[in-house]
Amino acid sequence: MKFLEENLIRLKAEVETAQEAIEAAGSMLLKEQLVESTYINAMVNAYHANGPYFVLAPHIAIPHARPEDGVKEASVSLVTLKEPIKFGHATNDPVRLVFGLGASSSEEHLTVLRSLTNLLNDSGNVEGLKNASCYEDIKTILEKER
Amino acid sequence: MIKVLTVCGLGQGTSLILKMNVEQALGDKGIQADVEHTDVSAASSMQADYIITSNELAESLTDHSANVIIVNNYFDMDEINQAIEENFTE
Repeated sequence: MKFLEENLIRLKAEVETAQEAIEAAGSMLLKEQLVESTYINAMVNAYHANGPYFVLAPHIAIPHARPEDGVKEASVSLVTLKEPIKFGHATNDPVRLVFGLGASSSEEHLTVLRSLTNLLNDSGNVEGLKNASCYEDIKTILEKER
Repeated sequence: MIKVLTVCGLGQGTSLILKMNVEQALGDKGIQADVEHTDVSAASSMQADYIITSNELAESLTDHSANVIIVNNYFDMDEINQAIEENFTE
């Protein structure tokens, strides 16, 4: 299980489209060998097929696909966007925080989702993540939640 | 027992997050319910009293016999609590 470790976080990324934002979050997981490259394609395809429903809250997207699309280990990456991007969601656009979710079929998947939910249920944490300019800022927020 | 479905596109991630927060809200209110997460295509053929989902996916569940409840912010416990208070009947 890998949850928002330093090498899974990219801050103030410059992307042009929702697809690029999803690919950026997915490539963080791929780089750390937590998913196969097929998983990134599946994340993008899920967006095009099912729409932006995974923009779960104002400014927060959690793109993901199915475990069988190529997940090796339960994991969450984070890409914060320098310029907000519209995903086409009716109420929660534009997106500033993109959490790439490596959805595994293991028990760890629940642990990962529980951690993510606890983190994001606190709107102060969400503001802190949006404004983070270095990993230390993120680490401070994560340690508060432990 | 009240049956509640939380629904997302794939049934893998976001519906589980919503399930966690819905169970928390129901528990705080002392409402006993069986909460299950699933994807939108499976949900259409499942029996339930309430379906909780996003605005986007609710549109494809309008034919379902369940009371469909929309939550826009999955991390806002106030919104989830309010949605349950307004829609759940004893």
